[in-house]
Amino acid sequence: MNAMNAMNARAAANPTSTALRAGWSRGVIELRQSFTNGADLVSHLLWPVMMLTALYFMRDREFGSSGLLLGTLALPSILGMNAAMGMVTMSQVLTAEREDGTLLRAKATPGGMRSYVTGKVITVAGGLVADLAILLIPGMLLIDGLAAGSAGSWLTLAWVLALGMLATLPIGAILGSLFPSARGQGLIQLPVLAMIAISGIFYPVTSLPDWLQTIAQATPIYWLGLGMRSAFLPADAVTVEIADSWRHLETAAVLGVWAAVGLALAPVVLRRMARRESGSGVAERKEKALQRVG
Amino acid sequence: MNSEGKGLMTTNTSDDGGFVLDVEGLRMRYGTTDVLREVTFRARHGEVVALLGPNGAGKTTTIEILEGFRMRSAGRVSVLGTDPAHADEAWRARVGVVLQSWRDHGKWRVRELLAHFGTYYVPYATDTVRRPWDTDELLAAVGLSELAGDKIRTLSGGQRRRLDVAIGLVGRPELLFLDEPTAGLDPRARHEFHALVNRLAAEHRTTILLTTHDLAEAEKLADRIMILSGGRIVADGTADELARRTAGADEVRWTCGGRRFTHVTAESTRFVRELFREHGEAIGELEVRRASLEDTYMTLVHRHGSGGPGGPGEAAGAGDARAAVTSR
Repeated sequence: MNAMNAMNARAAANPTSTALRAGWSRGVIELRQSFTNGADLVSHLLWPVMMLTALYFMRDREFGSSGLLLGTLALPSILGMNAAMGMVTMSQVLTAEREDGTLLRAKATPGGMRSYVTGKVITVAGGLVADLAILLIPGMLLIDGLAAGSAGSWLTLAWVLALGMLATLPIGAILGSLFPSARGQGLIQLPVLAMIAISGIFYPVTSLPDWLQTIAQATPIYWLGLGMRSAFLPADAVTVEIADSWRHLETAAVLGVWAAVGLALAPVVLRRMARRESGSGVAERKEKALQRVG
Repeated sequence: MNSEGKGLMTTNTSDDGGFVLDVEGLRMRYGTTDVLREVTFRARHGEVVALLGPNGAGKTTTIEILEGFRMRSAGRVSVLGTDPAHADEAWRARVGVVLQSWRDHGKWRVRELLAHFGTYYVPYATDTVRRPWDTDELLAAVGLSELAGDKIRTLSGGQRRRLDVAIGLVGRPELLFLDEPTAGLDPRARHEFHALVNRLAAEHRTTILLTTHDLAEAEKLADRIMILSGGRIVADGTADELARRTAGADEVRWTCGGRRFTHVTAESTRFVRELFREHGEAIGELEVRRASLEDTYMTLVHRHGSGGPGGPGEAAGAGDARAAVTSR
């Protein structure tokens, strides 16, 4: 490379855009890796296949006397739940990569942390969208009664999903920063399972007692499920929802609040976590992890 | 940040009158225990300095403070003219840290990861320092060219360590930190690693600070050795200077009438003369061993206390070193 080219390369590359570009390519590379190796591929396919199997057996069952089919109700709800699971993925990935030293490496590189976080958002969000497609496309062939023909359906899907990820991924990053080890991560599953159980994913929330309905409406999972149902169910299905309404405004508001809180807190928590990383910290966690295995 | 970065980049060759590392009165306290006490030292551009000491002496703490990964309790620290506790990304680009990888980036391929980390350094290139280091050149320099397309999780321990070094070097750092770089390497990998470090220092004038508890390694690699014990620097000089500190402790061994004798004396020449006058022909297998770096090390570390529960690791380290020194 001659001097002129070097100058041009430098002029084009300021540190911030370099870090973001590196983050983008990091995200794309890791996304590609997760679809080109056996173990990851199984984990991408296992859950959708299980869900589709369950939906297949539910497809002819009616929900109460509403005339709606249970499978039709459940497919969009499961999509919403899976979208919310990006939170758990983000949290697990952050803890694991803090433990194995990936984060420390990012910290030792100029612009590394910014690029690392950018890359993770791309990997997790990209993986999530792919997983949703893996579930939705065969699901639409399997399940009758979905109203997915209009552009409006897909527009609703797009904004609910985008806002949902904004609401859940920063929270996942915060949780991932707070847990000291990958083992502690197991604890996060319990409240998430509880949230799923009461969020009207597998059964309409209106059949739950009022106080549980109130709690459910504080979680992003409920609103993601509702948003997805509003995108894919026929208009008359709205009767099984609270207040007989898809409540788009409320959906945007609740998810928006989660997003605002998460985006405000996540940088602070992430920075605090990153500040504490050092070689001896990673070595210590390695020792502990190896003891667990051995 | 942008304009600051440029300012730093243009003035990056001379810091504080040529001192790349300038540490004064460094103190580190955890709770009520002082891990480091009044640590003071300097290193010039292009110097290779080894921080030697038993486990628990504070080597890793010192290096992590200099890397900017750990906050100090007190003292003044300047690395490349900047306090690492408040350093920016432009400073980070001039510093190389060789981390001991464990299983990070296992799915990445060797060349892919090295090229990726190289891209971060593009904006920090200057007219004198071209950044990053060309990926294939660097792979060749650390002897990983043939494994360029392999997945990182399939590498052996020694290969991984060489990749760690390559990642630490990819930004062509002016200063390189190596914490226990050869721990867990087999003798051949260790030899290759030593050659690589020597080449870096000779060809690229990289300033290097390394920690080790292996005396032979320190002697082989470093221009200067600092011995850290109990949180203090108890000796600082070239290997020869340190060895001479305990001059007068030469060891004389001989056999006489089928028995082995050992005597430690300040004046070995006169002692040997006396020995021959007294026993003449009966003396056999005479051997005089000059005081070595090891003697200084053992004396100093023993005198100042080992600085905490080093335990078996410490004993093993000293034992290795002894074997290495005497077998040369």
